[in-house]
Amino acid sequence: MTKHVKITINGKLYESDVEPRLLLTHFIREVAGLTGTHIGCETSICGACTVLTNGLAVKSCTMFAVQADGADVVTIEGMAKDGNLHPLQQSFWEEHGLQCGYCTPGMIMCAHQLLARNASPNESEIRTALDGNLCRCTGYQNIVKAVQSAAGKVRRSRVAAGD
Amino acid sequence: MKYVGQAIKRKEDPRLVSGSSSYVDDIALPGMLHMAVTRSIHAHAGIKHVDISKALRLPGVHTVVTGHEIANKCGPIPVAGEIPKMKKPVMHLLATTKVIYVGQAVAAVLATDKYIARDAADLIEIDYEPLPAVTNPEKALQPGSPIIHEEFSDNQAYTFGFETGNTDEAFRNADVVVKERFVNQRLAPVSMEARGTVATTQMPDNELVVWSSTQIPHLLKTQLAVMVGIPENRARVIAPEVGGAFGSKLNVYAEEGLVAYLALKTGKPVKWIESRRENIACTIHGRDQINYVELALKKDGTVVGMRAKVIADIGAYYQLLTAIIPQLTGLLAPGAYKVPAFKFDLISAFTNKMATDAYRGAGRPEATYLIERIMDVAAQKLNMDPAEIRRKNFPQPSEFPFQTSGGVVYDSANYEKALDKALQISDYAGLRRKQAELRKQGKYMGIGLSSYVEICAMGPSVAMPAGGWESSTVRIDPTGQVTVLTGASPHGQGQETSFAQIVADELGIGMDDVFVQHGDTSRLPYGIGTFGSRATAVGGTAMFNAVQDLKKKMAKIAGHILQVDPEKFGFEDHKLIAKDGSGKSMNYGDVVTQAYIARQLPPGTEPGMEATRFFEPSNFTFPFGTHVCVIEVDEETGEPKITKYVAVDDCGNVINPLLVEGQVHGGIVQGVAQALYEEVVYDENGQLLTGSLMDYALPRAHDLPNLELDRTVTPSPVNPMGVKGVGEAGTIGSTPAVVNAVVDALSPFGVTHVDMPVRPEKLWNIIKGRKAS
Repeated sequence: MTKHVKITINGKLYESDVEPRLLLTHFIREVAGLTGTHIGCETSICGACTVLTNGLAVKSCTMFAVQADGADVVTIEGMAKDGNLHPLQQSFWEEHGLQCGYCTPGMIMCAHQLLARNASPNESEIRTALDGNLCRCTGYQNIVKAVQSAAGKVRRSRVAAGD
Repeated sequence: MKYVGQAIKRKEDPRLVSGSSSYVDDIALPGMLHMAVTRSIHAHAGIKHVDISKALRLPGVHTVVTGHEIANKCGPIPVAGEIPKMKKPVMHLLATTKVIYVGQAVAAVLATDKYIARDAADLIEIDYEPLPAVTNPEKALQPGSPIIHEEFSDNQAYTFGFETGNTDEAFRNADVVVKERFVNQRLAPVSMEARGTVATTQMPDNELVVWSSTQIPHLLKTQLAVMVGIPENRARVIAPEVGGAFGSKLNVYAEEGLVAYLALKTGKPVKWIESRRENIACTIHGRDQINYVELALKKDGTVVGMRAKVIADIGAYYQLLTAIIPQLTGLLAPGAYKVPAFKFDLISAFTNKMATDAYRGAGRPEATYLIERIMDVAAQKLNMDPAEIRRKNFPQPSEFPFQTSGGVVYDSANYEKALDKALQISDYAGLRRKQAELRKQGKYMGIGLSSYVEICAMGPSVAMPAGGWESSTVRIDPTGQVTVLTGASPHGQGQETSFAQIVADELGIGMDDVFVQHGDTSRLPYGIGTFGSRATAVGGTAMFNAVQDLKKKMAKIAGHILQVDPEKFGFEDHKLIAKDGSGKSMNYGDVVTQAYIARQLPPGTEPGMEATRFFEPSNFTFPFGTHVCVIEVDEETGEPKITKYVAVDDCGNVINPLLVEGQVHGGIVQGVAQALYEEVVYDENGQLLTGSLMDYALPRAHDLPNLELDRTVTPSPVNPMGVKGVGEAGTIGSTPAVVNAVVDALSPFGVTHVDMPVRPEKLWNIIKGRKAS
């Protein structure tokens, strides 16, 4: 038994007949071929697979593709624009907010949601917001710095754009 | 120096932050089959029958293999770390007649899709005959315990020991003796990317190509070739992007052998990706030691002798280096102190649990924990300040190289300088005053110190099971671009950046002109890998030496053309500049071109610009430092909260402070996690109770304080760059600092020790219990 689903990922429509049990993360990685979204625990604890679904950060390992039928998904591959890294990507790079890089896409997508809700988060707010995303390499310190730095970049760009 | 010593952001990161890199799970090959593994649900049981018929009938299933086929066709799991006279059971890739731990592989399924493979693995029916299990190493060593390997008379895997000086005499003449039993609990490495392997065969030579998430592609290639019985020159291993490892991928696992065997058997690409549940149950664990420690001292706090008896729970069998990890504990147990007499006794026991092996620090965190805890126990007994008892027993800088009673020679150090700096940055005197005030208010704040030393840059070959050297080829192409091939196989450490910094400075060129490649055995000279904080100190030195060879050759060519003494050239700004006052210089690119055009070469000079060097250090390096941890324990909840953490580390010369700080941050947090959160728990039947990240408590962002880091710099004399290594220092130094702080906080209750993990309920019980009594 399969179901036909249509999911927009990074602005492009993907259609496929899928088993109802197919996880969204496998749809993204295997049907759409976007492997920047990683799988770390398959139980929604580690957050490596975090993507934006209709603007909300969700763990794509605990959502079925059929539940995302008609949704608008953004993955790490959709963050850079016109060849320029997103401020979060830029700041993770500058602040050494990653080592092995496996958790990084999920961290960035989760941080993206935080900054959409709170343009000037303090350290405690950042740490709390990232609690659903595990990193085993960095001890989180430079991730927090990266999110703070990105928040500054986003604020400045909004001012520059007259928003 | 233009790049070395600077905080330069990583060359690796653009691909990683954009999601465009490729980990093993990102590899998809046409016609690829997916492997799933059926695993034991029992810790100890005979296998009467394995029924694969239902699995084979499931549409999409291609192949099922079981233990007897694999035992006939494949060699066993390799064991490189050996101790004389150790009992050495043979461990096949799949169980044949019995299982000895929960999660042991019993059968493997190949299917066209990973969902089907998983379904089929669950359809395999195994008829078990359960046997009594043993999970406590001290019980496993007692007569009458269930025996895990029937070919042996008991569960004692091996023993090891040594004595330096006369400990009995030292203890007889001591003013004070303190004793304590420490448990160094079992941990799971939990890299964010679990393990995974893809294998395929490629024409024209039917070469076996294996992509594996590994720290040791070369050693894995050799072992896989032996395991599946093909010539080694028909095997190639590639470590693609590796998502963390921490020692857990410094190994050769059953699944790697199965994937390789099944790719050869079926002629199709085969992929296996470990689930997180499998990762916690079936990837090596770390630590798991019980330490009985006795320290003998003079009244003034001078240490005169130590005894350490270690019971190591190594699990059900040996993985690659299992047996030698607890041995390292003995080498480092005297720590940063003069311990004139030292006796070390190690007994390793088989239990019905996953094998232990190298996990970040690997035997050294256990050593550091036992010495740093017992120093605090002694300080408490003697009513001395923990800083002063440490200071009193440090060897002085003039005493290096320093022969320890652990049997190693420390290369260089100034322990007191790091201690003083940590005390000053943390305002130790002020902290002690604050503590006294808080105690008057009935509040429990503790200050914990740890003055650690560790063994890095592994190491001379005589001390290593599979070669203590590393290789590098440095090639300058005719256009002047440099390719560095390194046998080290980094997996998050950032050597593509730090190695490029070194080469660019040496050659006087830009970092963008240097490309560092690693991880592919078909491109590289044979190498060892990245572990034991060795990549820069050993692999970096091989590269450094290869660059020196090329510089000599370039100087010779330029000297011949310019008629300048080749010894006189400096490499700056893309030029070889004669430092003889002649003002002569030649462009770097022109010299390289001459090496390839080869018309003006000095007599006896070969064309080309490539050098390969293998470097074996004469000794380990010994980084050190002092960490200060401040903890407040909530009296009502027992929750320990770190309110301040200062780390002063000395890893010798620093190539890139950004990377060093990153290693220290991550290392400290893993050590803090052992002290406060993490523990692999098996019940008495050998069932794993912490099999998911719901139960195995990894630290989260909000659990942690902002760490304050600083450094002292004591170059190592062991390698020309004076580097020591930093990958494990944080983990080794931090655990005892945290537990010392907790014990210090609760010392008004008469507490002398609390076993890890120091969870709130444990502390709450101590506070309530002691108060009630």
